Amino acid sequence: MIQKLVWENVRFRPVRTLLSILLIAVPVTLILTLIGLSNGFLDDSRRRAEGVGADIIVRPPGSSLASFSGAPLPDKLVTLLSRQPHVTQATGTVVQPVAGFDTLTGIDLAAFDKMSGGFTFVAGHAFQAPNDIIIDTYYAQQRGAKVGSTINIWNRNWNVAGIVEPGKLSHMFVPLGVLQDLTNNPGKVSQIYLKLDDQRNSATVVAGLKKLLPNYTIYTVREWESLISVNNIPMLSTFIHVIIGIGVVIGFAVVSLSMYMAVLQRTREIGILKSLGATKAFVMGLILWEAFVLGLGGTVFGILLSFVSRAVMRMIVPASLPQAIVPTWWPIAGAIAVGAALLGALYPGWLAVRQDPIEALAYE
Amino acid sequence: MSEALSPSAGSTPARSLTSESSGAESIISVRDLRKTYQTGKVFVEALRGVDLEVRPGEFVSIVGPSGSGKSTLFHVIGGLTPPTAGQVIVAGRDVSKVGDAGRTRLRRDCVSFVFQKFNLLPNLTAADNIRTALFISGRNQDGFEQDFQDILDLLGIAGRLNHKPSELSGGEQQRVAIARALATRPAILLADEPTGNLDSRNSLAVLGILRNLNDRLGQTILMITHSSEAAEFGHRIVYMSDGRIVDRSALQKPEAI
Repeated sequence: MIQKLVWENVRFRPVRTLLSILLIAVPVTLILTLIGLSNGFLDDSRRRAEGVGADIIVRPPGSSLASFSGAPLPDKLVTLLSRQPHVTQATGTVVQPVAGFDTLTGIDLAAFDKMSGGFTFVAGHAFQAPNDIIIDTYYAQQRGAKVGSTINIWNRNWNVAGIVEPGKLSHMFVPLGVLQDLTNNPGKVSQIYLKLDDQRNSATVVAGLKKLLPNYTIYTVREWESLISVNNIPMLSTFIHVIIGIGVVIGFAVVSLSMYMAVLQRTREIGILKSLGATKAFVMGLILWEAFVLGLGGTVFGILLSFVSRAVMRMIVPASLPQAIVPTWWPIAGAIAVGAALLGALYPGWLAVRQDPIEALAYE
Repeated sequence: MSEALSPSAGSTPARSLTSESSGAESIISVRDLRKTYQTGKVFVEALRGVDLEVRPGEFVSIVGPSGSGKSTLFHVIGGLTPPTAGQVIVAGRDVSKVGDAGRTRLRRDCVSFVFQKFNLLPNLTAADNIRTALFISGRNQDGFEQDFQDILDLLGIAGRLNHKPSELSGGEQQRVAIARALATRPAILLADEPTGNLDSRNSLAVLGILRNLNDRLGQTILMITHSSEAAEFGHRIVYMSDGRIVDRSALQKPEAI
């Protein structure tokens, strides 16, 4: 009967119910979108790192997982590393942030092709001039670019020479030497990829390189991929916690306001229930059940909205903000929304419990 | 209205004007009941020493003008508000000595209300309103229509149970409210101006139903009303003025009203 009372209450004022569900859905969507973006971005990074076809990555001393600080590695290190035991190929790249999460990558196309197996061109061709740029299909969609289009980066017009399948290192590529000159890093690279004769030699080679280049950050590609997670990027996990906190506060405030209004609207009904002998626990239970239903509805709606946000992201910024759907976070976001809803219903519930039945029955 | 609202032939007419009943042990016993309300810094003495005895199976009407204290008496007896002083025993429970939880139990187990404004839950059907009362009182709600067929027939609402209050006339709503009140088999039915929102035809019908319930089922009824014609449906009429029970002659004096 409690469920029936709650259900009829929820149905009886559909506008209030829908607004409450929508407002509770907002923080759920916020959380799921942020988690989806974090995971999507990192998944994308992992896929692209794997697409290089390298076995080992060598990065500058003190570099963190998500940062690029110019191009401090000397070119000659590429040559040195290519001569190490078991190393069959080495290539250096320059990575420069463009805007937001986008980066422009300078590559030695011949070496990169050899290591990665080459780009799969959807349209166009490789670099033929210093101003040529190769972009992947995501970035082409994001910028609405076609072969022959011009893309302006750093006040320089780049000619889209080719559009390639995504999944290899970056979304935008320019010739290595051009980017080195453009960033005043002639003869320097940001990181070096190594290909081995046998992947099983990775650990041995890494150990040898760490002796050769103490303080350098050296990973096997598998290690690198496993390290690319939200928990290993301190600022990102803090950011996520802050957003979750905001979600809890919004959910709490929304439900509190909604249930406060509901209690006011139903003052007489609460008086009727009390006149029938409803206990304080019964009245409080009714309010909390209703908050639970609203929280649950908000969770489901929030999950659906996260699919909508992903579709919008894919349509507008598929390269810069790849959003993943992370079902493992659905119960977490749901627990946050329902928890905040129950918390928000406590005060209105307490008001309802304390209502004087005579005053409540006289309420118009 | 005086012709329309007169007890049906065959019913025992209302008799004395006193607060005392004689014979069997009282189901309601009120001794020197006082109730003072505080509104801001102002204290209002709503009841100033009320004594009242009601026997099981009695239909007692309490009549008085606005502000006479009849509603307050109704609320105290029904456990909706505690008394300030005095003793109130309802169905063997000393209302003056219990707290909020005790009064809640009294409302759940011993008394039921019929209000002027019907007070049905607007989002539920008539049947669900009745089921809610049964649920709160801890009774089985399944198949109540069968268990309750006689009363539903008497009330004439058996075919209206699946309608929400907004789909029912005032008279039908009040009948549903009576059905809901009776569903929990209360020791006492408390009716607060039950015809106050009804036209004369429906008023007559509802008062007739109350009287019929009393005659046929022996249901104890305490009804407050400002209408002396409606009060005639009770076995006994108690007059109130200025927070006290008074003689009818005192009530007829203009200053008493």
